[in-house]
Amino acid sequence: MSAGVSAPLLSLRGVRKTFGTGAEQRAVLDGIDLDVAEHRCVVLIGASGSGKSTLLRVVDLLEDVDDGQVLLDGQDVADPWVDADAVRARLALVFQQYNLFPHLRVLDNLTLAPRVAHGRPRAEAEAEARQMLERVGLAHKARAYPDQLSGGEQQRAAIARALVGRPELLLLDEVTSALDPALVGEVLDLLLSLRSEGTTMLVATHEMGFARDVADEVVFLHDGRIHERGTPQQVLDDPQRERTREFLRRLR
Amino acid sequence: MSEQGGAPPGRQGGAPPGRQGGAWVPSERAAARTAFRRAQRRRALLVAGVATVVVLAAVVYVVTTAPGWERAREAFFSPGRAVEVLPEVAQGLWLNLRVWVVASAVGLVVGLLLAVVRTSRIPALFPLRMLAVAYVDVFRGVPLLLVLLLVGFGLPALRLPWLPVSAAVLGGLAIVLTYTAFLAEIFRAGIESVHPSQVAAARSLGLSRGQAVRHVVLPQAVRHVAAPVAGMLVSLQKDSGLISILGAVDAIRAAQIATTGDYNFTPYVVAGLLFVAISVPLTRLVDAWSARQGWRGQLSGVAGAGALR
Repeated sequence: MSAGVSAPLLSLRGVRKTFGTGAEQRAVLDGIDLDVAEHRCVVLIGASGSGKSTLLRVVDLLEDVDDGQVLLDGQDVADPWVDADAVRARLALVFQQYNLFPHLRVLDNLTLAPRVAHGRPRAEAEAEARQMLERVGLAHKARAYPDQLSGGEQQRAAIARALVGRPELLLLDEVTSALDPALVGEVLDLLLSLRSEGTTMLVATHEMGFARDVADEVVFLHDGRIHERGTPQQVLDDPQRERTREFLRRLR
Repeated sequence: MSEQGGAPPGRQGGAPPGRQGGAWVPSERAAARTAFRRAQRRRALLVAGVATVVVLAAVVYVVTTAPGWERAREAFFSPGRAVEVLPEVAQGLWLNLRVWVVASAVGLVVGLLLAVVRTSRIPALFPLRMLAVAYVDVFRGVPLLLVLLLVGFGLPALRLPWLPVSAAVLGGLAIVLTYTAFLAEIFRAGIESVHPSQVAAARSLGLSRGQAVRHVVLPQAVRHVAAPVAGMLVSLQKDSGLISILGAVDAIRAAQIATTGDYNFTPYVVAGLLFVAISVPLTRLVDAWSARQGWRGQLSGVAGAGALR
């Protein structure tokens, strides 16, 4: 699979992020280089604490980087003078814990950003939101509050909320980790169908089967560094590095 | 301890729980459990009733056998005097209610604004933030009585031409000053109780910091603190009686005036009963409201939220 010659939608160059100060300081991201081209899907794997979530939050500008570049269409959005709200509006991050707004009905969860951040008329925003709920199979839950939904339904609603802004890049942070095994399937099915429509994705996951199905490239993170990268077959079936082998062994 | 409700059903007892003709029929075991629980409820009611009667009887006995009871009854619980003074005291209470409504409205709005200012990170608001901190520190620390005296007698001494000198207005102002400080702190606690991931989700969707506060943080913050805020408002209603020390003729002052002629203190009891008659329904209303409102999205799904054995 070739990535094509056009510039990737997202490029990370030497991204470094530390938490803590002094002796406590530790690099969660220690020089990350990564490209995600349009319509491609890159999957991040690695143990908890390896930096997957931080990497996604850095891309969504929820964390400032200590060094390096976050290039979106060639523009370095890590620069503090860039309008972060405008950048975030082009991206969408789906959280492990859904983070739906508990005081708003599902429909209002979906229409909040279009109405408030983008000034869309309510009727228009609601029509689109209903379409999106239809798409994720939750049309009948539009009037429900988040705590009246199952975990799988909440996560599908959160994905619908992310998609309603028509993001150019979908960031998924272990979106099935908080779910019952029985509910994981419905969410992964939804993501697979999004993938087949060509949605550009950067995904952190522990679901190796899912990684195999959706990934154009699998990236193995350990201690804030990329230890191995390649096609799913290369990384998951024939890992070259001992750390990768050990990680995959422990998952089985 | 308890032998109520018969022995627990034995393991071998009864037909297996099951269906007869499709419909579920409770097993003997289930029926025995239901009967046991019913018996326990009856017993609890009985104990509560007996305990209440005993306590009330003891109180009545101690009070009525006290050496001064006859005179105290005349001075504090004279029915005739109570009927006589009721109109005056009730009219005074009308002032309390007006002070309460205005002070509550101002306190809620300003308190919320102060809390937002204090938790915001806008550099231009820094001086306001410092002022808010100082204001809250001072007015939470100074006793309400002192604030009343300083505002009630100190402000008029400045002889500012535009300043109203009515005791009710100045008293209301003093109450607002104190209660706003407390309300601001409660709202701040509410704002800080909203999990940062909610802000992250809102910002991630493209909302600005201000929009996230307005549409995501504040609605949840206010719900979280609905119960303590309502408690402050009930307490404010009661403390509105303190404006009487400035000479405003509220329920307490009206009662005091009524006692001067004959040293019969029944008017005070009447005033007290009127305050209770307002605050009790208010408290119940607030409880019912926050039970309906306050928990949306919080603990409604938590197992074991009900009563446990």
